[in-house]
Amino acid sequence: MREITYVKAFTESLMQLMAEDDNIVVIGEDVAHYGGVFHAFDGLWKAYGEKRVIDTPISEMGFIGMGVGAAARGLRPVCDLMFFDFIGVALDQLYNQAAKLKYMFGGDVTVPLTLTTAGGAGLSAGPQHSQSLEAWLAHVPGLKVALPSSPYDVKGLMVAAVRDDNPTVVVLNKRMLGTKGPVPEEIYEIPLGQAGTVRSGRDVTVIAVGRMVAEAMTAAEELGKSGVEVEVIDVRTVQPLDSQTILDSVRRTNRALVVHEAVTFGGIGAEIASQIQEEAFDYLDAPVLRIGAPFSPVPFSPVLERAYIPDSNRIADGVRRLLERSGG
Amino acid sequence: MSNPAEQDATSGVEPEVLRDLHRRMVRIRLFEEEAGKLMEGGRMPGFLHLYVGQEAVAAGVMATLRPDDVITSTHRGHGHAVAKGADLRYMYAELFGKQTGYCKGRGGSMHINDLSIGMLGANGIVGGGIPHAVGAAFAAVYKGQDSVAVPFFGDGATNIGAFHESANLAAVLHLPVLFVCENNGYSEFTPQERHMLLKDVADRAASYGMPGEIVDGMDAVAVYLAAQRLVERARAGEGPALLEAKTYRFYDHQGVKGLRIPYRSQEEIDTWKERDAITSLEQRMVDAKLAAQDELEKVWSDTREEIAAAISFAEQSPDPDPAHLLDNVYTV
Repeated sequence: MREITYVKAFTESLMQLMAEDDNIVVIGEDVAHYGGVFHAFDGLWKAYGEKRVIDTPISEMGFIGMGVGAAARGLRPVCDLMFFDFIGVALDQLYNQAAKLKYMFGGDVTVPLTLTTAGGAGLSAGPQHSQSLEAWLAHVPGLKVALPSSPYDVKGLMVAAVRDDNPTVVVLNKRMLGTKGPVPEEIYEIPLGQAGTVRSGRDVTVIAVGRMVAEAMTAAEELGKSGVEVEVIDVRTVQPLDSQTILDSVRRTNRALVVHEAVTFGGIGAEIASQIQEEAFDYLDAPVLRIGAPFSPVPFSPVLERAYIPDSNRIADGVRRLLERSGG
Repeated sequence: MSNPAEQDATSGVEPEVLRDLHRRMVRIRLFEEEAGKLMEGGRMPGFLHLYVGQEAVAAGVMATLRPDDVITSTHRGHGHAVAKGADLRYMYAELFGKQTGYCKGRGGSMHINDLSIGMLGANGIVGGGIPHAVGAAFAAVYKGQDSVAVPFFGDGATNIGAFHESANLAAVLHLPVLFVCENNGYSEFTPQERHMLLKDVADRAASYGMPGEIVDGMDAVAVYLAAQRLVERARAGEGPALLEAKTYRFYDHQGVKGLRIPYRSQEEIDTWKERDAITSLEQRMVDAKLAAQDELEKVWSDTREEIAAAISFAEQSPDPDPAHLLDNVYTV
């Protein structure tokens, strides 16, 4: 299969989605003429014109809210929030409006809005351009949140998100934009709420979010050399969370480690660990281990940032600790 | 304020329009007063933000709109819904939290909506609905329709980012939006002079390159004429505008008796009540011999009957079933 980059897979998903559905419009800052600051929207304006690809003022609350209204009136807007960190200036339109209209209006209004954004650390972008805030959004009933971990997933999850009738946030990982991987040329969907078992193993289950899937795979590779078989699960979406796939795996491996780039405290790992102990306590040979960022803003200095972001070494160490703890 | 030509009895407006304005205002007034009684009597749960006093604004603007024109509303939204043509039975049912309510008991007083009449919902977040109206206008233009969108909001909302971002977006995208500010002089309990230095909200329009007009919000005919002009302008593709209606709420920010902490003088309240939009329109219609007193009274009595039936419908309606608590969290 041909290989394309993570960001190219994103662009291709929109190119194909817009061809199949005239109601899809792309709205955001610098998405039309300039093609987006990460080139994620390159070519769309040329292909679909300014009627369907709209540059906006720097008004995230305004244009996401406009997307909510347009969605309620039958369009299928894709709004782009340049950096995940900017969500604060627009949050009302997402969590009080997009997420709640269906429910609080008694089911009469549907909001098929997709919000695309770029999150994650590792580019020395500093405290306000590097965050992983998915747990905030996963906490809001009415929203769906996807964090693609590969070019293949970017396209499949984007297609599912845009076709979904619920407000859905797709968080790209900035550091992966140039990562290449196999991506089918035809349009395809990865269902929202279906985790992927990206590596099978019988000793420990590592549940990873976004770019941490790649780090977990590296750790699993390394551990495999010493005979430790790690199962790696890519959650793909933190809302809905595919608890079943996670629990089934943990019941087989009896050990679980959750890893994400967001700070550990109150992260999605806390929810996953809690669900495991509630539903699979008797299967566990060791407490569920969480690995995430320390409780601090994301630092700028490359040295500090490397120390901040979880990596394959920390994941491998965690797996070893779990095995030691349980006499594995 | 309305120009001198508009200050004569009927301003050349068709009698049918005057009757329409009158009927819309009476329906709002009685709906709200009965709702107030129900709340005071402990028969209705939740908050209640009464629209009484501001009827001329909702009636005047709505009389210029078509069913496919979209409005968004505020926490003080009953008047907009009634004037847009909402079914009073489903409104009261929602106020009671019943399954037959507009929101199936999931929204309450602050979230009445009915897309079939272009009512894209009242909103409990100040300024929250304004961008939705911009989106509705965007969708209309996108689909080649000539409908317009009208967000209603108060003077206080014009201090929030959602208003400014929406106004600028609508202007720069040249969308058919009529921003209607109901300036009742108070941002909750804070008078206008303490929440903005401008005397006229309409002045804000200049910042966005759109026309801003002021109208007497206690005069339904004046509101109607101003809105008609600006709505037609938007419909003709000439872009958005801001209409500021100077008005007053007769009751407190919330509830009938409010918190009983005085923040406006009785003299001020009485002065505005002397300008009651319904009484003054009735006077003008009678003076101009466009309606007999008994015709006007029949509107009140018919509406009272309709409202009594609506309340009865609401009270007898079933409560929502807790087994369906999670319905509509997601579209499945």
